[in-house]
Amino acid sequence: MPVMTVVEAVREAMREEMRRDRRVFVMGEDIGARGGVFLATDGFVQEFGEARVIDTPLAESSIAGIAIGAAVNGMKPIAEIEFADFAWPAMNQIVGEAARIRYGTNGTKCAPMVVRMPYGGGVRGGLYHSQTIDVVFAHQPGLVVISPATPYDAKGLLKAAIRGDDPVVFLEHKRTYRLVKGDVPQEDYVLPIGAADIKRPGSTLTAVTYGLMVHYCLEAARLVEGEGIDAEVVDLRTLAPLDRATFLESVRKTSKALVVYEDYLTYGIGAEIAATIAQDAFHDLDAPVMRLAGPDVPAMGFAPTLEAEFMLSPARIADAMRELAAY
Amino acid sequence: MPDEAGRSAATKAPPGKLLATDLVDIYRVMVLSRVLDERVWLLNRQGKAAIVASAQGHEAAQAACVRATDPSRDHYLIYYRELTTLLALGVTPLELLKGFLARAGEPLSGARQFPTHGAFGRVDLFSFSNVVGTQLPQAVGVALADRMRGEPRVTIVYFGDGAASQGDCHEAMNFAAVHRLPVVFFCENNRYAISVPLMKQMAIENVAARAAAYGMPGVTVDGTDVWAVYEATDAAVKRARSRGGPALIEAMVERLYPHTSDDDHTRYRSPEDIQRMRSKDPLPLLEAELRKQRLLDDATHAGIWAQAKRTVDEATEQAEATPFPDAGDFARGVYAAGS
Repeated sequence: MPVMTVVEAVREAMREEMRRDRRVFVMGEDIGARGGVFLATDGFVQEFGEARVIDTPLAESSIAGIAIGAAVNGMKPIAEIEFADFAWPAMNQIVGEAARIRYGTNGTKCAPMVVRMPYGGGVRGGLYHSQTIDVVFAHQPGLVVISPATPYDAKGLLKAAIRGDDPVVFLEHKRTYRLVKGDVPQEDYVLPIGAADIKRPGSTLTAVTYGLMVHYCLEAARLVEGEGIDAEVVDLRTLAPLDRATFLESVRKTSKALVVYEDYLTYGIGAEIAATIAQDAFHDLDAPVMRLAGPDVPAMGFAPTLEAEFMLSPARIADAMRELAAY
Repeated sequence: MPDEAGRSAATKAPPGKLLATDLVDIYRVMVLSRVLDERVWLLNRQGKAAIVASAQGHEAAQAACVRATDPSRDHYLIYYRELTTLLALGVTPLELLKGFLARAGEPLSGARQFPTHGAFGRVDLFSFSNVVGTQLPQAVGVALADRMRGEPRVTIVYFGDGAASQGDCHEAMNFAAVHRLPVVFFCENNRYAISVPLMKQMAIENVAARAAAYGMPGVTVDGTDVWAVYEATDAAVKRARSRGGPALIEAMVERLYPHTSDDDHTRYRSPEDIQRMRSKDPLPLLEAELRKQRLLDDATHAGIWAQAKRTVDEATEQAEATPFPDAGDFARGVYAAGS
């Protein structure tokens, strides 16, 4: 089984889907001759031609809006927003329009499209190349929001997203692109949307997380395992629709929950997960649900010291695990 | 085609030329639109129709535009002031009244949306948002899909002068021109974005002047002149269908009523302005022209109005007798699963 990086898995998923379905095409800034700023579409224009690999003007709202129109008219667009930070001009077309088309036409039209966005910090990206904006999408009924952590999940979930009939925001953590490698089958496979995955079984506590933080939590679990702390790591993989059953079952087993996310703490995904656990697993808890997240500060600083202060780290997560285990 | 008011206007006109039958059909659909529009205002004042955005003043532009297109294959992305377009495309007064009264079986959105919003099955009609201008890039995407499949269909996207200020308008026109996509941008310029007059919206006289900057033809026509609108649309549609690229048509019209039933235009339009615009009512203007050309006599004229009134009366009665939609399925259609 070949070993791939996350960005290679993303590329493979798109390439395979474009080969199998003429309706699938890619559009976005610098995705043609440049192959995308992260090379996610490297070689595509040579293989599929300019008609299916569309270099767009620098105009995010129309990237999303044109994708909607093409999707409503029978195509399967994959739109790339160069950085999630640049999605704000497209927000109205994604959240205000794409998410509501099936509902607002009483089910007679839909916009089956994928909007891919590299996101997240730890790459010296400063204010406008580091943002995590997942919950803005996850709060909107009608959108599917996926954020894989591994190459295997990235390929299987992206292929499922492309084949589906819903608008999907597909968030790829930039730091995982080349850092994370893993086995990826060469054969065709898809993974179920809306299914979390236990990345590490454990008995002391449950860490609920996604994206880059899956790897940080796994590293933190290794840091504390010699101390008698056996952390279970639940990778949500899909943020909407949210798989509540998997983390609830885990928490019922371990009795302790730590939600780890890179986004701002307040009104973040931790609130939803903590509320779900409080409501549905209250009597199984041996400790308050703990959240470890980014600070309520507008953005990650550019200087390495400022960035490190904002970002979570395996060491900080390990400290939180120790605190929760000791409760 | 049956002589049911409005329906016959959806037939394809002979290319490039308006015949006598076309003109009478156009007048007929304009009258039907006017009668229905008046009825909806009445229903609004009776507390039965929550909101109406009137098309009065826009009827000639909309009816003539549709006449130059091919409803059997073209795409129509419209906005909220398009009652005549809807009728010209074959949506019936009963279907529209079910929308205004928010009744079960309303075909565009099941009465989930404002009246005239949603999507329609018999013609490729998409009328989605109240965020002004969003339909413009969406229309470009619709045309892009046709281009990718090699289908000779044209997308007509309707918008007002207000939408022309949105960034989406610029982005859509630019992309369509870069890729020479088969899009007709049809701007109905009534010189008011709710209350903001044109001189506060743009420093130039006409939206069509911008077309040159995108590298496409742009033309401004009198929106009460059905010949001018028809010819401009016909040329743009032919150009688009023969892979000549997009075009911008700006039809100058008057908005005879306030923005919606919740607006009062006497707060921002002078009595002189309101008086003056009445002279640009397209119905008496077309009627006079048709009489001059001996295409309309008293009997035909009376018959058209009587038929429209009868149709709208019957439709009102049926719509009012229709229940509101069952709320039991309000959560259906969020995702593909469970739809």
